[in-house]
Amino acid sequence: MPKDSGIGASSKRREDVRFLTGAGQYTDDINIHGQAYVHFLRSSIAHGRLNGVDTSTAETMPGVVRIFTGSDFEGVGGLPCGWQVTDRHGEPMQEPAHPVLAQGKVRHVGDPIAAIIADSPSQAIDAAEAIVVDLEELPAVVDMKEAVKNGATKVHDDLTSNLCYDWGFVEENKDAVGEAFEQAAHVTTLELVNQRLVANPMEPRVAIGNYNRANDESTLYTTSQNPHVIRLLMGAFVLGIPEHKLRVVAPDVGGGFGTKIFHYAEEAFCTFAARQINRAVKWTCSRSEAFMSDAHGRDHVTKIELALDADNNFTAIRTDTLANMGAYLSTFAPSVPTWLHGTLMAGNYKTPLIYVNVKAVFTNTVAVDAYRGAGRPEATFQLERLIDKTARELGVDPIALRRQNFITKFPYATPVAVEYDTGDYVATMDKLEQIADLSGFEARRKKSEADGQLRGLGINCYIEACGIAPSALVGQLGARAGLYDAATVRVNATGTISVMVGAHSHGQGHETSFPQVVAEMLGIDEGMIDIVHGDSSKIPFGMGTYGSRSIAVCGSAMVRATEKIITKAKKIASHLLEASEADIELKDGQFNVIGTDKSCAWGDVTLAAYVPHNYPLEEIEPGLEETAFYDPSNFTYPAGAYACEVEVDPATGKVTIERFSAADDFGNVINPMIVSGQVHGGIGQGIGQALLEHGIYDENGQLLSGSYMDYAMPRASDVPFFEVDHSCQTPCTHNPLGVKGCGEAGAIGTPPAVVNAVIDALHSGGHTHVTHIDMPVSPSRVWSAING
Amino acid sequence: MYNFEFVKPLSVADAVSALSDDGAQALGGGQTLIPTMKQRLASPDILVSLANIVEMRGVKHFSGNVTIGGATTHEAVAAADAFAGLTTLAGNIGDPAVRNRGTIGGSLANNDPAACYPAAALATGATITTNSRDIAADDYFQGMFTTALEEGEIITSVTMPIPEASNYQKFDQPASRFALVGVFVAKYAEGVRVAVTGASEDGVFRWSEAEVALSANFSADAIANLSLDASGMIKDLHGSKEYRANLVKVLTGRAVGLAS
Ligand SMILES: Cc1cc2nc3c(=O)[nH]c(=O)nc-3n(C[C@H](O)[C@H](O)[C@H](O)COP(=O)(O)OP(=O)(O)OC[C@H]3O[C@@H](n4cnc5c(N)ncnc54)[C@H](O)[C@@H]3O)c2cc1C
Repeated sequence: MPKDSGIGASSKRREDVRFLTGAGQYTDDINIHGQAYVHFLRSSIAHGRLNGVDTSTAETMPGVVRIFTGSDFEGVGGLPCGWQVTDRHGEPMQEPAHPVLAQGKVRHVGDPIAAIIADSPSQAIDAAEAIVVDLEELPAVVDMKEAVKNGATKVHDDLTSNLCYDWGFVEENKDAVGEAFEQAAHVTTLELVNQRLVANPMEPRVAIGNYNRANDESTLYTTSQNPHVIRLLMGAFVLGIPEHKLRVVAPDVGGGFGTKIFHYAEEAFCTFAARQINRAVKWTCSRSEAFMSDAHGRDHVTKIELALDADNNFTAIRTDTLANMGAYLSTFAPSVPTWLHGTLMAGNYKTPLIYVNVKAVFTNTVAVDAYRGAGRPEATFQLERLIDKTARELGVDPIALRRQNFITKFPYATPVAVEYDTGDYVATMDKLEQIADLSGFEARRKKSEADGQLRGLGINCYIEACGIAPSALVGQLGARAGLYDAATVRVNATGTISVMVGAHSHGQGHETSFPQVVAEMLGIDEGMIDIVHGDSSKIPFGMGTYGSRSIAVCGSAMVRATEKIITKAKKIASHLLEASEADIELKDGQFNVIGTDKSCAWGDVTLAAYVPHNYPLEEIEPGLEETAFYDPSNFTYPAGAYACEVEVDPATGKVTIERFSAADDFGNVINPMIVSGQVHGGIGQGIGQALLEHGIYDENGQLLSGSYMDYAMPRASDVPFFEVDHSCQTPCTHNPLGVKGCGEAGAIGTPPAVVNAVIDALHSGGHTHVTHIDMPVSPSRVWSAING
Repeated sequence: MYNFEFVKPLSVADAVSALSDDGAQALGGGQTLIPTMKQRLASPDILVSLANIVEMRGVKHFSGNVTIGGATTHEAVAAADAFAGLTTLAGNIGDPAVRNRGTIGGSLANNDPAACYPAAALATGATITTNSRDIAADDYFQGMFTTALEEGEIITSVTMPIPEASNYQKFDQPASRFALVGVFVAKYAEGVRVAVTGASEDGVFRWSEAEVALSANFSADAIANLSLDASGMIKDLHGSKEYRANLVKVLTGRAVGLAS
């Protein structure tokens, strides 16, 4: 029977009441008495030498408080990069300076040149129009293949080239992989593009800097997935404000998808300027501005090859990728095409030899960084498109080829440095075949044919590394921070609980699912427990939410802290019940003396902790509050199998998704409804990437899809009803909840399933010359492929 | 957005006089003009709202014609169900918010090359009535964003002869959901008219070869051997010239098949 509370219950998302009734408190809802507004004058060209900025007229305009340019930031730090990748030759990556406001050069459309602070937003914009910028246009470097050529225009004059790094993984395997290809019975090669995406959270970014002269404290309110990370980066590297004088608050956040992980110039600016003018400074990003200043995602160009023996066993994989960094290194950018990508290249398969080469490239485009899935969707897309192509070349069933090569024994050490602790890829594939009704597919195909439509089936398997991340390991790989998390469980006198967590909820439903765990452990009502997050002054510490890490890492810290609470509460109960501690059990919110009818309630114990009249004060302290930090010992490895069925209209090239099924293994599941919702959202985004979205620059570095007139977002009518299942559960072996994380799976598993389905549909219509179509698989691209 | 004055005249005459001011501009539903002003790409000093002019609202039928007030919203046109093609067209413009504000007069005055109404007006041989004259649709559309309207001239109504059968086929541009290509087919006793929007660099146009073929034989087969010259077609992120030329033909065939 389904549970109605605690772990495994589909408790209703309590935060939705405020979101759906307009009571959410977003950063833009915060207004500080006397605040001024900043507008950023941004470069309209992709590359240019900045010879001067004349603000003299603008400064005299009505309402203008102060105007800042790059020279005001000469003594201030630049925006730091949080990850240093070491290249094939053991050298550190090239790391350019990233000033808060442009100095000397502008390097992408949207690069901020000046910041105008005024009494109202429109006065700031008016003044911006009066600023005269002396900008000498330089040729723009947009195409990655051009950017890495000898003699290409350099994005950063002080670097040796546009190459950030040339990464080989695992470098020692390179020759062995080469030999395996020479001995292969069959080799399949595929060149593909994983196109640039713009994350487009519903809420654009907002930052408010405030400074309190009385205690010399700065506060930044910001749309962030990880306020402590921002405090760390901005305080230590940019502005030199010590932690105890810097508070970062990220209240309700309207979607992040990765793009709100990073530390942005506007945050540093508002915090810095508030101190300079002794007034709060607010910035609200417009949608047009978001397109040109938010970090984008993906943007890889790859050649991938698969070697097989005569029995169709995978023997080796080799990839060559160009990964766009944009003009500057965003916070985690270097890690995405390397450690979040190369390490996943084994997928669900026992390929013994793998070599991944990634060249990260600077271009005159906005920075590219993690976006839902980050590196893992790119790896999965390459591998799963390639396997499909291989199956077609060999004339074998794509499911059978996958099954034959599945990893079946765990733990499994891949040739790309990670160890999958557990999984059951056969089980998820079996489940998929059932929920997707694959046996009925041929009949559905015939029916579509009768309607003049081409029907195709696309299969995809994925594996991801989540629960980011073991600190010691990522430290060796170049991370400049630890990736543990923390939680404080504060039990109040009446027994209600506030849990201060380092994870940040911006749509994931933590306020519902986290209390379910504590409620289960203590046997009390979920309604007695609240989550506090998003404020560095309220929570102990935390690295935030991304990489499907919240429940696996922060949830584990919360479990550890709750275990400490239980230990102490049992001590108190044993005192109250005059029994030995070893004889006390906590069950359904009651402390019982095992084997007797003696018991006391949860509330008796919590009250005693705060009113310690009858209390073992000589042994333990009063109060009931515990903190735990948790550092995972490995990543978690969610995995699954997805099936997509499409209809293609051969006359127009339009693709319609008719069915979509997902069988995921997330280990243990806290709230099945929330997990389904996360998968639904991920699939929606995956369909967006597969069919619709494209951040596309022209050769001059102008963003052609810089608004919703040209950037196509998925809408409800673009997706079918999803069939999702997460009943295949191989619990994670190394965290206390046995959970793996579910936030990114949909975005990782979906794009290859969709594209595989489209190719299958075209083949069924006799268009067998079409072996690949790059995403987005738009009607015009499909039509051109058919008629090409 | 820059600051502006806002006036709400109650009659066409008052609107015309308000528009005689330099820097005054008519405001229909604001679905094009307001976003343009927000981007600071338009900066009228005075906005003259046409929304409260009762004589410019509503849909009336008489002797085989339908007359639509220039300030009538897309939603009202869809609800009036004047004839099949027009109802589908109006009901599929943008989203409910756009349909509840946007007006036929604004759409025709703007003459966006991807807008839907120009196809209906041209295919039905509509008469565009302004505060000072009647303009035949064939003379009205003069290329992308260009019309026969004079400065300050207001579209007060549009009159369309009701066809025997009609259909509008819109192929959505994936992002904006304007027409990547839209084809309006209208069948009259005197012959068939086919108007195409979204496709040409010259804006909405009549596909005359198709009209001749369909007037002789109103079936998709009649155009099977026709092909459209792709050279004057629009090329952008969402489709090549050839793709658009293909869509024109495919959608025309479908419109004929579905005309009612
Ligand atoms: C999200 C979105 C989606 C849309 N999708 C579609 C679509 O699929 N198909 C489509 O066809 N359109 C679409 N539109 C356009 C919309 O339907 C409107 O028709 C269009 O924006 C213009 O009408 P309006 O009444 O809003 O005019 P306004 O924006 O108020 O004005 C536009 C121009 O016309 C002038 N004007 C307005 N009324 C008159 C008049 N009576 N006489 C003379 N001049 C006048 C104004 O001065 C201005 O220059 C979309 C718009 C949006 C915002």
